[in-house]
Amino acid sequence: MTKQTQVIEHKVISRWINSGANVLDLGCGDGELLSLLIRNKHVHAQGVELSDQAINTCVAAGLNVYQQDIDTGLTEYADKSIDFVILNQTLQQVRKPDLAIKEALRVGKKVIVGFPNFCYITDRFSIFFRGKVPVTSSLPYEWYDTPNLHFLSITDFKEYCSKINVTIEDQIFISKNHTVKILPNLFAEVGLFLLSKH
Amino acid sequence: MVLHALSGDSHTADQGGWWENLIGPGKGIDTDKYFVICSNVIGGCRGSTGPSSVNPLTGKPYGLSFPLISIHDMVEAQRHLVDFLGIEKLLSVVGGSMGGMQVLQWMVSYPKRIRSAIPIATTLKHTPQQIAFNEVGRQAVMSDPDWKNGAYYGHSSPAKGLALARMIGHITYMSDISMTEKFGRKIRHDKEPFKFSADFEVEGYLHYRGDNFVKRFDANSYLYLTKAIDNFNLLNGHGLANIFEGLKAKVLVLAFKSDWLYPTYQSQEIVKACKLSGVEASYCEINSTYGHDAFLLEITKETQLIEGFLKAVSNGNGQHQ
Repeated sequence: MTKQTQVIEHKVISRWINSGANVLDLGCGDGELLSLLIRNKHVHAQGVELSDQAINTCVAAGLNVYQQDIDTGLTEYADKSIDFVILNQTLQQVRKPDLAIKEALRVGKKVIVGFPNFCYITDRFSIFFRGKVPVTSSLPYEWYDTPNLHFLSITDFKEYCSKINVTIEDQIFISKNHTVKILPNLFAEVGLFLLSKH
Repeated sequence: MVLHALSGDSHTADQGGWWENLIGPGKGIDTDKYFVICSNVIGGCRGSTGPSSVNPLTGKPYGLSFPLISIHDMVEAQRHLVDFLGIEKLLSVVGGSMGGMQVLQWMVSYPKRIRSAIPIATTLKHTPQQIAFNEVGRQAVMSDPDWKNGAYYGHSSPAKGLALARMIGHITYMSDISMTEKFGRKIRHDKEPFKFSADFEVEGYLHYRGDNFVKRFDANSYLYLTKAIDNFNLLNGHGLANIFEGLKAKVLVLAFKSDWLYPTYQSQEIVKACKLSGVEASYCEINSTYGHDAFLLEITKETQLIEGFLKAVSNGNGQHQ
């Protein structure tokens, strides 16, 4: 993930979130996005994170974080108790993405999902011409040392949403430092979705 | 304000203090920045009034005429101290185990007088398993013939019973891994030849811990304090959702993975109670093999978290900007 792409990601997410909303960021990392949302949108922010180092950084930034494995579910949160649940760059790293999304949709009124698109053109080239699993800016890991457990494309995700009857309220596709309008499954590095389910 | 555990006392910082590596100039709780208060709990034997104190009416030690005390009483005494010092609001209350119970009691009793709270390796209520270990400890003391219904002052103290109680306690403070790492099956070589002598290092360690404890701790205080711990129950008649209602303080809950005496689910329950009451809380599960003792030993990891947390609270960073 390049810094440029992340800046756009955060801008898009920030635009989707209402001022003063309740936000839960699953896999919040060092809390950069939450701090941004507190500053710009005055949200009530909570994060969930597994890494010790990231938790230390969040605590020192004054964020409310819960050290937990998302794969064990979100039992401490009541149904629809959070305005926005964020799963940004997290889904590909959890063991059970299906459970994570369903739990997020249970707890959140709206859910924001962002992930690297595995069918980005560079990835396709790498597999087709070089015969190698891609190592790119949005998927920067070697196969033997990667936190990514699942590889999905924008098309895969849309299919999944329709299968579980989730409404896609908005979708934005990003490559490098710009948004992608044409053939996103080919030209976008990152897909961002605003979801809801009633 | 630092709140000590069962066998602790007000000597928390400086040489020999039970948190000397966490509290001091430039340390996690930085005494160059913060004013640290730590007093001995009521019912104890290292400062505040307890069963070994002299009753001014009789001129003799209270013994069992000392009333039963609670965690709430300890906090009341601390609140009086804070009043006496003219402090309206504490930056933080922090403590582990029984100290953590006092932290939780502060959150309930005086929510407006704290800006933050750090309960460590503790629980909202003692469970049957926790009560059971304490009861075995108390029985060890009371079955010592020297205990004499608590009226042993001026005579030999129930040292054997109290040492045994402490040995049992220490087993519960460690973990399978920490004991294996610390002792293995190593044999002591300074032993007297006797069939059931303490051959293994772990045995020697427990004896040493027990014998040392007797020198500095009053057996009756041990009974009173363990009873206060067992009776502690913030959920008594209250729902999880409303025990911390109206609390504006920021909370940092710490637990340790290998702590089986105060398992992590108890700390998670504290965080859940905070969340249900809309209290700002963070939860960190520290990777440690030390068992319950970890709150005294995992200083580096505690320092990172507590130092950053206190800084964020005193600077007003994060949610309340």
